Amino acid sequence: MTNVLLEARGIGKRFGGVLALKDVSLTIRCGEIYGLIGPNGAGKTTLFNVFTGLYPRDGGEVEFAGKPLQLDSPHRVAAAGIARTFQNIRLFGNMTARENVMVGRHVRTRAGVFGAILRSRAEREEEAAIRRRADELLHYVGIADRADDLARNLAYGDQRRLEIARALATEPQLLALDEPAAGMNATETAALRELIEGLRRDGVTVLLIEHDVKLVMGLCNRVAVLDHGEKIAEDVPEVVRANPKVIEAYLGTSAH
Amino acid sequence: MDILLQQIINGLTTGSVYAVVALGYTMVYGVIQLINFAHGEVVMIGAMVAFAVIAALAGSALPPAVIVLAGVLAAVPACMLLGYGLERIAYRPLRHAPRLAPLITAIGMSIILQHLALLVWGRNPIAFPQLIENPSYGIGGAAISGVQIAIIAISLLMMGGLSWLVYRTRFGIAIRATAENVHVASLMGVNADRVIAATFVIGAALGAMAGVMYGSYYGIAHYTMGFVLGLKAFSAAVLGGIGNIPGAMVGGLLLGLVEALGTGYIGDYTDLCRWPGAAEGGWMGERCADGAHFVLFGSNYQDVFAFLMLILVLVLRPSGLLGERVSERA
Repeated sequence: MTNVLLEARGIGKRFGGVLALKDVSLTIRCGEIYGLIGPNGAGKTTLFNVFTGLYPRDGGEVEFAGKPLQLDSPHRVAAAGIARTFQNIRLFGNMTARENVMVGRHVRTRAGVFGAILRSRAEREEEAAIRRRADELLHYVGIADRADDLARNLAYGDQRRLEIARALATEPQLLALDEPAAGMNATETAALRELIEGLRRDGVTVLLIEHDVKLVMGLCNRVAVLDHGEKIAEDVPEVVRANPKVIEAYLGTSAH
Repeated sequence: MDILLQQIINGLTTGSVYAVVALGYTMVYGVIQLINFAHGEVVMIGAMVAFAVIAALAGSALPPAVIVLAGVLAAVPACMLLGYGLERIAYRPLRHAPRLAPLITAIGMSIILQHLALLVWGRNPIAFPQLIENPSYGIGGAAISGVQIAIIAISLLMMGGLSWLVYRTRFGIAIRATAENVHVASLMGVNADRVIAATFVIGAALGAMAGVMYGSYYGIAHYTMGFVLGLKAFSAAVLGGIGNIPGAMVGGLLLGLVEALGTGYIGDYTDLCRWPGAAEGGWMGERCADGAHFVLFGSNYQDVFAFLMLILVLVLRPSGLLGERVSERA
């Protein structure tokens, strides 16, 4: 079980004169939970945005599932099998929870305006299947009872869950979670942890960016540490935790 | 004759045309925050194409209904193609430009289309040939014509169809998702380019139908007809809350009603001879003798009402009747 799912080599990104990412390489294996940590401004979210096609990269290559990943447009990245959630929740607030998840199914289905108007039998059946799948996913993340509520009316923790359900709807090979525990209380974090453990059991590969070091160290198979746009460590949690460079850069004085 | 009921019928007729045109403005604005000022011209081209086909076939032996249908079937695809072309050529290259650039382009496209129509069809209006009987029915002291019934019915049908498409189908979900956040929708696999092009094409198809209806209501199509019609429909969209689909429908109908009622009554209420005490003695008495009128504002002030309402809405409720608070669109 050491098949490589995503391999990034020499990723660079600059904003004007600021070098946000410097020659970052990392390897994510199938079925693992891969943690990405680092102090504020280390470039974690920037790397995320490059992987998902939101930012054009300045150099480097990404290979995904054995093929070069086209990073030029977000919907191609989604089609290739990478889905993500956002640090600051970005749901479609004026649509219901179910509709939000149904949007995610667009990657795997063709929904054209003519199909919608002509209503062929296949079209109707596909739409019903999408609706069923959306309900299953809402059930999976534990918010089935909120399916018909507008996304903006959901509780904070439920909104995070809905984002995960929407991302899962694209049937990703890699699910990228950008600080899913941000702003959560202890109970919500514990429930989130269970949800992510469940994802691993179901064979989803997860890339996890997180501030909560305890959560990352407890969940992840392997962890990479970014500092000032450079990768300073990549290994199993126990080794990373003991790496003096990491302690200096990230854990700082509060370590141990 | 009951003026109130009559003006309500007339207002619903023009109002439903405004509503259908307003949908074209509001859908495009909802998805890419662009006011497509060329939309009125798309409506005009729809009317011109349909009327040209109908006028050419008018002498033939075909049944009248087939001739009208042929006109519509020529106009709708022509306008859909035009809408697609506009988006592709004029707006897509400017997708990431400052917002003023596509707006100016839209005005430019409007002028170009108007003058193309002038070159193709000349400066004389095309008349709608007397093909079909236009029966008139009396209801409660007012009259409603067959054309009016057809316009109201077809408009309601199209509005219902669009609502169903947007709120009940997967493709509608994609449109609404793109309207809320184009980046996130793309990440979920929605092809934003296709959704944006589709809103232009759907809006243009609705516009073509509106053009044919508007032209047959007034009996003529002319290369300048899109300008004022477009501005009024735009006012209707703003009135209802631009970007909001039910808002455009409500705004259009309301604008038609206000315009018709205003036009119907402004003459009476600004007739100085009818004001109490005005007709007694003095030069006013002479002026008003024998039931004469001294009207300050006649029904030629029709166009004032639409824009007066636009101003009032912009002052009192800038987000429109059904519009969202602006902060949500940050």
